[in-house]
Amino acid sequence: MNLSETFRIAISSLLINRMRSALTTLGIVIGVGAVIGLVSLGRGVEAFIAAEFQTLGSNILEISSSQPNSPTRSRIAPLTTIEAADLANPFTAPDIRQIAATYESSGIITAGSERTQAAITGVTANYAEVRSWPVMLGTFITPADVEDTQRVAVIGLDVVETLFGSREANPVGQSIQVNDRSFTVIGVMSERGGSFGISEDGAVIVPITTAQTRLDNARARDGGYLLTRMYVEVIDEEAVEDARQDIETYLNQAHGIIFDDEQDYTISSASDILSIVNQISSLLTVFLVMIASISLLVGGIGVMNIMLVSVTERTREIGLRKAVGARQGDILAQFLMESIMLSFIGGILGIALGWVVSVLVTAFVADLTVTVSPDAVILATGISTLVGVFFGYYPARRAASMKPIDALRFE
Amino acid sequence: MSQQQRSGRPSSDRLSPSRKKAVIDIRNITKTYKMGTFDLKVLKGVTLKIYPGEFLSIMGPSGSGKSTLMNILGALDTPTSGKYLLDGEDVSQLSEDQLARIRNKKIGFVFQSFNLLKRTEAIRQVELPLIYSTNVRNRSRLAKRALESVGLGQRLDHLPSELSGGQQQRVAIARALVTSPSVVLADEPTGNLDSRSGTEVMQIFQRLNEQQGITTVFVTHDPWIARHTQRVIMLRDGKIIADERVKEPLIAGEVERPSDAEELQGIFEETYYGGDESEYT
Ligand SMILES: Nc1ncnc2c1ncn2[C@@H]1O[C@H](COP(=O)(O)OP(=O)(O)O)[C@@H](O)[C@H]1O
Ligand SMILES: [Mg+2]
Repeated sequence: MNLSETFRIAISSLLINRMRSALTTLGIVIGVGAVIGLVSLGRGVEAFIAAEFQTLGSNILEISSSQPNSPTRSRIAPLTTIEAADLANPFTAPDIRQIAATYESSGIITAGSERTQAAITGVTANYAEVRSWPVMLGTFITPADVEDTQRVAVIGLDVVETLFGSREANPVGQSIQVNDRSFTVIGVMSERGGSFGISEDGAVIVPITTAQTRLDNARARDGGYLLTRMYVEVIDEEAVEDARQDIETYLNQAHGIIFDDEQDYTISSASDILSIVNQISSLLTVFLVMIASISLLVGGIGVMNIMLVSVTERTREIGLRKAVGARQGDILAQFLMESIMLSFIGGILGIALGWVVSVLVTAFVADLTVTVSPDAVILATGISTLVGVFFGYYPARRAASMKPIDALRFE
Repeated sequence: MSQQQRSGRPSSDRLSPSRKKAVIDIRNITKTYKMGTFDLKVLKGVTLKIYPGEFLSIMGPSGSGKSTLMNILGALDTPTSGKYLLDGEDVSQLSEDQLARIRNKKIGFVFQSFNLLKRTEAIRQVELPLIYSTNVRNRSRLAKRALESVGLGQRLDHLPSELSGGQQQRVAIARALVTSPSVVLADEPTGNLDSRSGTEVMQIFQRLNEQQGITTVFVTHDPWIARHTQRVIMLRDGKIIADERVKEPLIAGEVERPSDAEELQGIFEETYYGGDESEYT
């Protein structure tokens, strides 16, 4: 008996018990649908996170001060403009293209009768470029603004909304008060959003020198000014590790650090954060898929159960088939084909279900695009077929090994 | 097509079976069922030769081992001891799959309870043995021809539920014939039928035997049915107690079944008729 014949027989016997076949398949549909849905959802979340971090730039290193891990050293030597200038020197770190530095504080912003508390970020003129964060209206801070400690500000959309009533308002040219000093708004940053609920759209961006000297007195001991953060742009992605080495070497020396655990700064890259987040999210995906697999297992047991019922119910049919010449292999193949088809069809419908789920999630959850990837489809099809083989084998074996005469006599 | 070859054979050939090679040759067959602590000997040494073209019936009281013998002849079951040559091939010690091949190629079995597949068209029922045999083309043509030979050429697409009992049994006969087997074995094929359908089925068996020379073995407990065959074997307690030729086989449908049971007595030297009816099923 050939495969197409086996196939035909399996189809017709499944059709004879339509309702039962459909219900059995449903178990697999739900199991596979859950697996597909969750895998796709996990992928979608990963892609979403990756996109979020992509805005940080994959060739950007971020240096900020941090508490040392060492028990014997707790003092933090702050980052300074002198250090930034040294690092920007090709002799210190040849892989660094440029450094955007910030001095961050917060203050009270007023425009007319509106007041708000906002983060004030003093930045170098290359900040927008290094952070790939262009202005939407007006202009960004220029080197001249920094040089001349100009009282100009570029504000985020959240600030525009709070101070000027709407995100659509154009505040360029308007005057605002930052800690009672008057600043001219020269631009509005494009919408940035933010990672994990911390939006950068609430920032008031001013020249770094203005922040350090007019809004604050941020003199450092080494004769420069204090910095909160440095965004280091490395010439390309491959050089990121070399640059990191150079930065560590320089800062360790500048800060008098001998052991790694004394480090009072952190260098992080987008890919560092991304890989940690990805680890967490793929762990979560694996966990969810494991739970979904349990429903697939239950579906498989359903297939086995129905196949056992079917074998018992069709004992006389099996006897007859054997009486007219079916060999053990023929009967085995027939029942195995039935269970494989049940779970295979379940798998296909489950993929459709998973697809529907992902379309719905994409439609209703903002920013999240969930797509059913081809490998998930292949996986689901493969797994459901395996489920059919695995859970169908025992019933099929039982059918195949019946003695014809016993099967025929079965009441 | 052996069916066609056989149909061309003159009938006189069949009347001198001793010169031909037996289709079925069983020697000292026994069958013992283990029933817990004791053994139930159902067949106690049965020896029998059946020749090509013979139309033979096996009679005997209920429990005498008729079905057990038929199942062994049909390779559905294996004897406990003894030798079984089918077409000269020793089939008493074959493996399960080898027996399946024998059942497929050489045997057509007709059951008392028809054993048709549910919700399956007649033509598909008849095709069933062919899907288990290799190198069969024109399955549906062969199946159609078999159905025509049992007078169901107009019922190819009927489901069992759309056929009368007699018609269902004729589908089963077509299924037994479709592979052109060496022998057709029928275990009480008329047992579930009313007498008119039973006669119809007898007519078919007779005609197939007459026209195509199909070797047929027939179990019945009805002496009237048995009188339509050429040779009658009597079985009792697992042994053959009589093996006789029927003097003048009746032609099915030509003679009305006598209503008086008394009249049936005396047809055979040995008779089991009379007494409790249920003993003879
Ligand atoms: N599988 C079996 N196990 C045990 N005993 C059986 C089995 N098959 C048949 N028998 C016994 O063998 C005897 C003969 O049965 P059977 O061949 O069916 O008789 P018949 O067909 O002549 O009525 C009966 O007593 C029956 O109970
Ligand atoms: Mg019987």
